[in-house]
Amino acid sequence: MAIIDIKTEITGNIWKIEAQPGQRLEEGDTIMILESMKMEIPVSATEDGVLVEILAEEGATVTEGTVVARIEA
Amino acid sequence: MKKLLVANRGEIARRVFRSARELGIATVAVYSEADAKAAHVVEADEAIAIGPAAARESYLDMAKVLDAARRSGADAVHPGYGFLSENADFAESVGAAGLTWVGPSPASIRAMGDKQRARALAEAAGVPIVPGSARIAPGDTDGVEAAGATVGYPLLVKAAAGGGGIGMRRVDDPAKLLETVAATQSMAGKAFGDGSVFLERFVPKARHIEIQVFGFGEAGAVHLHERDCSLQRRFQKVIEESPAPGLPEPVRARMAEAAVALCRHTAYCGAGTVEFIVDAVSFEFFFLEMNTRIQVEHPVTEMVTGMDLVAMQLRFASGEMHNLQQSAIRSTGHAVECRLYAENPQKHFMPSPGTLAVFTMPDEAAGLRIDGGYRQGDVVTPFYDPMIAKVIAHGATRDEARAKAAKALRQIEIEGLASNRSFLIACLEDDRFARGDVYTGFIDEHRAGLVASAAEETCP
Repeated sequence: MAIIDIKTEITGNIWKIEAQPGQRLEEGDTIMILESMKMEIPVSATEDGVLVEILAEEGATVTEGTVVARIEA
Repeated sequence: MKKLLVANRGEIARRVFRSARELGIATVAVYSEADAKAAHVVEADEAIAIGPAAARESYLDMAKVLDAARRSGADAVHPGYGFLSENADFAESVGAAGLTWVGPSPASIRAMGDKQRARALAEAAGVPIVPGSARIAPGDTDGVEAAGATVGYPLLVKAAAGGGGIGMRRVDDPAKLLETVAATQSMAGKAFGDGSVFLERFVPKARHIEIQVFGFGEAGAVHLHERDCSLQRRFQKVIEESPAPGLPEPVRARMAEAAVALCRHTAYCGAGTVEFIVDAVSFEFFFLEMNTRIQVEHPVTEMVTGMDLVAMQLRFASGEMHNLQQSAIRSTGHAVECRLYAENPQKHFMPSPGTLAVFTMPDEAAGLRIDGGYRQGDVVTPFYDPMIAKVIAHGATRDEARAKAAKALRQIEIEGLASNRSFLIACLEDDRFARGDVYTGFIDEHRAGLVASAAEETCP
């Protein structure tokens, strides 16, 4: 069991959180959606696993590379 | 008109201020918290804060913008593009507040904002629309082949209840039509609970060419020639030019006539753009939509015609301009506009917000215009669109305009975020672009090669 950090690829605002802690995710499943420069960019699970925690709130601004969630894979 | 509020930000706010100043009209800026020190705020005679960075709480908040107009004592509102510019309710509220709305009537905005109504109006005005069939219900095969022949090939069989490319199948061979209709009906029935489909002509290699118009209501309308905006990524324009390369003169004339006919039919008021999809091979053209505002790429038209579209908007709105002769509008030479975006072409044009640690643009000169909204040190935030500036070059020929634009782009120094500067140069200097072989799939299809050329440009 390893804990995987999920990081944002770009600077943006968290528009919508789509997954809840405890939820089983498959690689590629959307955890949250960022909004940046009028574009919606999903933050997805990088591996299969269980979503352990969400480290950001809707409406918050995050910079590139921020850890916004953790998965236990 | 004594005092004009521009309900916008960045380069377009600055652009409108420039014409207002030249006409002796005082300027009022509005700004969100993210834009408190922005260039458009500094430049205006007055500036009023309208709320937090998020656009829906500031630039899109009608009540706050109207309140800013009231507090500043402005007597007119120019919406720019985007934000509230095509919001009929906002246009109506501006009028109801006793202010001059610099734009078409709320009725025009509403009609053109509704795709179905716009299409019906275009058809009624004699403007060609994309050929389509009536609904074909499941099991109903009578007349399908005749409908296919009328629509023309290649065509798309589309689920009536679908959208966004879902439930769409292409047919190239008339012999395959019936089976494709049946298959699409079956799929649509399962996916949408409605198996109805319709046929629509498909243009495999399409160009996006638009006509700039200016309407004087019942007094008629004129056109200011065309702009080719075929170079796009994610349905957003990247490079625009006028004239459209290789467009046969009779087609150009018929497109312009069609656009003017639509304006006359709707007694359109002010600046507008009629967009067409043009078959890059046959040059058949079809109405796409009408934008009831000033466009991002309007400088292309201004460079070839020598006219000031924003000044025309202001003068028409204030009742100082009632008509214009078509013969007074001449297009000379060639103009090209490149949109400098904060985005990374190597990462599929992902937005790249950041601070412009280094940012210098070449000076404007004869045939070179720079419309920008940012200065060195400014932050390009994630809250608004990624456009940093527009480089517009004019030359006697297309090659001259291309070379001038590329030279200007090479002179830009930009650090602190990813930009498409080198990618724009790669497009301008691409052989296929140079030949005028432009179409809406150009960037998608040539992306890898263009990105590679752009990389060489960055690291010589």
